[in-house]
Amino acid sequence: MGNVLKLANFKEVSTYMKENFDFTVVDEIIDELGATPSSIIAILQGVQEYYRYLPREIFSHMATRLGVSEARIYSVATFYENFSLEPKGKFVIKVCDGTACHVRKSIPILERLRSDLGLSAEKVTTDDLGFTVETVSCLGACGLAPVLTVNDKVYPSMTPDKASELINQLKEEL
Amino acid sequence: MLHNRKDLQNARRAYIDSLEKETKKILVCAGTGCVSSGSLVIYDRLKSLMQERNIACSVELEKDPHDDSVGIKKSGCHGFCEMGPLIRIEPQGWLYVKVKEEDCEEIIEKTILNGDHIERLAYQKSGGFCKKQDDIPFYKKQTRLVLEHCGQIDATSIKEYLAVGGYSALEKALFEMTGDEIIDEITESNLRGRGGGGFATGRKWAQVRQQNELEKYVVCNGDEGDPGAFMDRSIMEGDPHRMLEGMMIAGLSCGASEGYIYVRAEYPMAVSRLKTAIAQATDAGILGDNILGTDFSFHLHINRGAGAFVCGEGSALTASIEGKRGMPRVKPPRTVEHGLFDKPTVLNNVETYANVPLIINNGAEWYKNIGPENSPGTKAFALTGNIVNTGLIEVPMGTTLREVIFDIGGGMRDDGEFKAVQIGGPSGGCLTKEHLDLPLDFDSLKKAGAMIGSGGLVVLDDKTCMVEVARFFMNFTQNESCGKCVPCREGTKRMLAILERIVNGQGEDGDIDLLLELADTISATALCGLGKTAALPVVSTINSFRDEYEAHIYEKRCPAGACQKLKKIVIDEALCKGCSKCAKACPVTAISGKIKEPFIIDQKKCIKCGACVSTCPFHAIKED
Repeated sequence: MGNVLKLANFKEVSTYMKENFDFTVVDEIIDELGATPSSIIAILQGVQEYYRYLPREIFSHMATRLGVSEARIYSVATFYENFSLEPKGKFVIKVCDGTACHVRKSIPILERLRSDLGLSAEKVTTDDLGFTVETVSCLGACGLAPVLTVNDKVYPSMTPDKASELINQLKEEL
Repeated sequence: MLHNRKDLQNARRAYIDSLEKETKKILVCAGTGCVSSGSLVIYDRLKSLMQERNIACSVELEKDPHDDSVGIKKSGCHGFCEMGPLIRIEPQGWLYVKVKEEDCEEIIEKTILNGDHIERLAYQKSGGFCKKQDDIPFYKKQTRLVLEHCGQIDATSIKEYLAVGGYSALEKALFEMTGDEIIDEITESNLRGRGGGGFATGRKWAQVRQQNELEKYVVCNGDEGDPGAFMDRSIMEGDPHRMLEGMMIAGLSCGASEGYIYVRAEYPMAVSRLKTAIAQATDAGILGDNILGTDFSFHLHINRGAGAFVCGEGSALTASIEGKRGMPRVKPPRTVEHGLFDKPTVLNNVETYANVPLIINNGAEWYKNIGPENSPGTKAFALTGNIVNTGLIEVPMGTTLREVIFDIGGGMRDDGEFKAVQIGGPSGGCLTKEHLDLPLDFDSLKKAGAMIGSGGLVVLDDKTCMVEVARFFMNFTQNESCGKCVPCREGTKRMLAILERIVNGQGEDGDIDLLLELADTISATALCGLGKTAALPVVSTINSFRDEYEAHIYEKRCPAGACQKLKKIVIDEALCKGCSKCAKACPVTAISGKIKEPFIIDQKKCIKCGACVSTCPFHAIKED
């Protein structure tokens, strides 16, 4: 599961998926976690870690292997906030808007990130699949508020300017 | 592998000996807070510096260590995240704060080799510094029992846990007590669930024990979703074995042999520490089949949440473990009868389980001496917001809000004035100045219209608008409503719409009554705890700050000056030199005037963005 798929844009991703969806990875994940309905969430988490989102192609495959309806899998995938049916960027930035961060001004940071990357509340991922910007209710790092995370790495005591700087650094790593 | 009680005792003795041989110790905090401010870099630097100088250092406890070796450990969270990275020096008990990579050499040279204190790295307070961790006001007034090991031992080592007496409660329960005796002890101690409701833990366990079923489950709720709370995260990261021990004792007393830990997806470090702990305990023979040669078997599984606040509710949590949408169901039947996989289930939160070994080791009588009669023990609180010392604290139940905020928390930040404290997250209420001397325990908070919740304390100053705070929580609850029952799904949406109108300056006469009416209906009819308590932040802010609501609605004014849409930006004619910089900065061309004459802002066009305020070289533009 170590490698992450590298594709340049939305169009490329969807063509790739339609033409050559390879279920080896999904099967490996299912085998590891067990083909039972109680593993649905863990399997979806594994799939999302690899593809950075949930390709729709997997639903029917999972349904057959787990012996449940496709609707059951789809219902779980759409219920939980962390699952995404759209491809996400290489860098997923989560801005904490929990109470502690909110009262220490997290919204201006979110606004700066969105304006720097040309994103909004509706459009969360850049076209080059470089960045995804979303909010999270609380990261539990309230002592360092306001915080954000980039792919699970916590950045403490942020300001809009520090956020811009961070984006510039990350752009070089794209 | 430990096969029996004797093995366990021998192993513990060996680890105690080797812990004693580490005459000097450096504990680098490796909680989420300190790691993000760079503590792991410091850990590596210290380790390589010691190796360069040929100082015998031990990273892990061994059965036959060098004499006088220096222990270097990654500890759990000290709770004082704001001052991180934190380093504790043993045996002196010194605490170095905000340590940088450059400081490492000096720490080794002066402190480790010569035993000298480095004043500049100590915690500074007005009129001096604090050498020892225990002298710092933040720690002085705390009673750390559940968090006693957090920051004091290596969080990733079962050996250290054993050396400080870990798993002795399990040992006692396994070899000296019957299931009934364990439950009697817990019942007698009057331990109440730390997750929010405060239900008696002993009673819950007894009900599960009574069920005539072969399969039973022990579930730990680590889905700490309340924004502004991170007590459970710190326990899972800083002392994971303590929690496992509590769960095993629960399993032993109720006749369960399977346990599930449900952890929020936002806590990756907690997940990895728990995995390590489970693997270590299994290897040691403390977890698994026939534990320590007895007929008690116990297996633990970790389930990662996928981002749904409602999964903190019991029946939603068990549904999620079963691989379903995390939606609550109608109760009864209750979780103790039909819980996980429809079997009797003990469901407690992290902090509750972490209390169990204390009670078994020291007895119910000892435990009852801490805190008030009806809510004994301590409670961990996450202290955040506009306060000087943010962090994780533990105090006896019944400590007053004043002691927590002003003695431990160090008072308000940036000379702000204390206005209120939001307790219990989106299900809680706010407490104001008049509640400062209220003891913090389950019953007195309930009386005051708030609840302890999981223990998030967000301190708000006079620049915080209470209507906006209520809107913030309603927005949260509305987002997290699972949509199953109408009162919560639709009711929170309507309440949010009204609150949004009010903060945007479009509040109408009758809005307050409408909010209260909706609140009443939702609380009475919603399906689960999330819905039933959703309106509490609104009701409690209306009760305490009705005048702020009225100012927004009738005067279109935000008394705290926080609501953007209600701000009025004006140019002071006396200070304006007519340079036109503001007019150029205005994104909506709301500012006009003649050069060298005072400019004017057209209030109808102004979107209150504040761009002009920061561009004016003469500070002539002010928010009114």
